[in-house]
This record gives sequence, C-alpha cells and structure tokens, in this order.
Amino acid sequence: MFDWIQHFADWLVYEVFALGKGQHLSEALNFFIYDTIKILLLLLTIIFLMGVVNSYFPIDRVKNYLSRNKLYGLEYLMASLFGVVTPFCSCSSVPLFIGFVSGGIPLGVTFAFLITSPLVNEVAIGLFVGLFGIKTTLIYVISGILLGTIAGSILQKLRLERHLTPWVLEILANAQRDQDIFQAEKQSFRQRLPVIWREASNILKGIIPYVIIGIAIGGLMHGYIPEGFFEQYMAKDNLFAVPMATILAVPMYSNASGILPVAQVLVAKGIPLGTAIAFMMGVVGLSLPEAMLLKKVMTLKLIAIFFGVVTLCIIISGYVFNLIL
Amino acid sequence: MSKVIKILGTGCPKCQSMTGVVQEVVTANKIDASIEKVEDIVEIMKFNVMSTPALVIDDVITVKGRIPSKDEVLKLLS
Repeated sequence: MFDWIQHFADWLVYEVFALGKGQHLSEALNFFIYDTIKILLLLLTIIFLMGVVNSYFPIDRVKNYLSRNKLYGLEYLMASLFGVVTPFCSCSSVPLFIGFVSGGIPLGVTFAFLITSPLVNEVAIGLFVGLFGIKTTLIYVISGILLGTIAGSILQKLRLERHLTPWVLEILANAQRDQDIFQAEKQSFRQRLPVIWREASNILKGIIPYVIIGIAIGGLMHGYIPEGFFEQYMAKDNLFAVPMATILAVPMYSNASGILPVAQVLVAKGIPLGTAIAFMMGVVGLSLPEAMLLKKVMTLKLIAIFFGVVTLCIIISGYVFNLIL
Repeated sequence: MSKVIKILGTGCPKCQSMTGVVQEVVTANKIDASIEKVEDIVEIMKFNVMSTPALVIDDVITVKGRIPSKDEVLKLLS
C-alpha cells in the first residue's frame, strides 16, 4: 500500500540528491521522507473518518445513552468504547466531567470514558498505524479500552464521590436525572462535510510541527544508532524498565505526537514493545495539564488516586505485553 | 433589538478563535449585539453544555464543541 512512497523517497534521495545507498545520511533522510509522507496521509485519513463518526454521534448522545440504559456491568466497557469514537479537547474535560456526573452517570463510568478518550484518540491511532502497523495498533487500542474499563471499575469500587470539590457536590445534590431528549442536528452529509473537513485540517495543522520534529529525530536515530543498541540498557529482564518508562511519561503531554516516532525507532533498536507501549500510554493518557484542569472538579487526593490507579494499570499492561509479545 | 451573544469557554485556543470569528462577523455586518465571554466554569455549567467552545445567542445554545464559520455565525445572527 505504501510502496509508492518508498519509491518516491528512494528516487528523491538516491537520484535527485545523488546520495549513495547505505550511508548514514542517506538512510536517515530516506527514512524521514518516507515516514513523514506516510504518517501525514494516515493521520489525515483517520482524523477525518473519526470526525465523520463524531459528527453523527456527538458527546450529548453518548451521555444520554449511558445515563438512560441499564447495562448490567457493561457500562464501563461501553463508556470506554465511546471514549474511542468521541475525540474531546482536553479543555472540555471539566464541563464533560460535570455533565456526565450530573446526568446520573456513576463516577467510575465517567472515569472509564475520561481514561480511554485521550488514550485511544484519532491522532494516536493514526500515528500507531503509520509507525507500528495494524497488529500493534489493534493491541494498543484493545488494551486502551480494557485499561479504561478496568481502571473505571476499580475507581468506582473506591467510592470517591466525597472527594469531589464542594461546588461540584452542590451541583450533584441539585441535579435531576436528565430528561431532555437529545435533538440531533438535522444536516445532510454534504452540509456536514465542510465542517468536518475544517476540523480535521485544524487538528492536523496543530500537530504537524511535532510530528515532523519527532520523525526527524527518529530518522537521525534510525541512521546513526546501531541495531540492538538499547538492549544493553533496557533489556526484557530488567524489571524496573516498565515502571521507570511509565513514570517518566506521565507528566509529559504536549509532545505526544512527536514522541511516538521516536518510540518506534527505540523499539526497532531493541527496546521491548511492552515497555514502549507503557511509555506511550503514559504520555498520551495522563498529563500535568490535564491534572491542572481536573483540579477544578476534584480534590488533590482524588486526582492522586485517579492518576495512581491508571499509572498502575499502565505498568501492569506493560509487563503483560512484554510477557506475551 | 440588540442581541446578547455569549461565548462559553474556559479560555482554550479554540474558544479564543471562536470569539474572533464572532467579533469579526458582528463588526463587519454592523450587527447590533453585545458579546460576552463566559469563562467561569460554574457559569458555563448552568447552560448544560459538555463541550466548549459554545455559542449562546439570546440564551439559546446554537453551536457547541466546534468553531463555526463566518457564514454560519451570520446566519445565526440574522
């Protein structure tokens, strides 16, 4: 499917720039051109497709579904699945949180959504397909969904409602179960298309610099670092590698799109995939900016418990991947 | 009659660009309207929106979670 991009990169590097095959510089450049084109194309496609889904299935509908239907324990899984198809901007996480909880959705189910939504989003999926292939992407997506489901159920069991900030508790006390019926915007696909397209290109524009820098660093490492280089430092049998990688990753966020291309090279050069996935989940799923936003609705203690449980789940899944992959 | 426009958003870049769009439409078409930015989350939640930015015209939520185009804003205002 991507052969033509490889041909183009080969042609550009070996013919147009007349660089010799097998040199560090030419291999790094070839990798950079190939990866940039491939990943930007995939990102555009996936962001656009998710935009289409989202246009027909907006967040209000998700909320109504979750608060209306008795799901007999499946609500955590459903909230996680909705998290995948509903991209949300992190600046919306507070209104979203309150909207969910005051709509009668249990705290744990809300957490399941809040965990999976940033973890398995359109940008992460696009980058994963481009960098690691379909199989690893599927593993990542499925484990992201399971992680949200499991962490959400655990958080519900801990009965954390009392750790919400006072004004949220007040809203909850006065909240009545939402009875408003969701009115979908009645628009034809042709009316929706320009809006979806504009949103998709805006998202892409926002992340392009990070992606290109990430691929450039990845390209340099690809050309200059020998195969198996990292194995001596981060071997599979190093028990501390997974927790270290995860804890390092949790505070990071803004450069998520830049970090995945680097991580791909790390894996190619010998870092175990489970360790790398744990690292990427930490980067994509939890971040300091998110914690700052959530401070408006949660006490520090609740944020700490939330981050702690999710970090623990990420570390465990890192170990599991290293065992089975 | 003067219209009351409220823009709900916690101050993220998207909310700012929505304000820009609305402001431009109002000035360019000389629409009689006041624009108010609502950044307090407690106030925002009174409108029961879950995704910001949201555009409220005369207390009716017209757009939420995305940035409308100028044409769309103009249509909503006339």
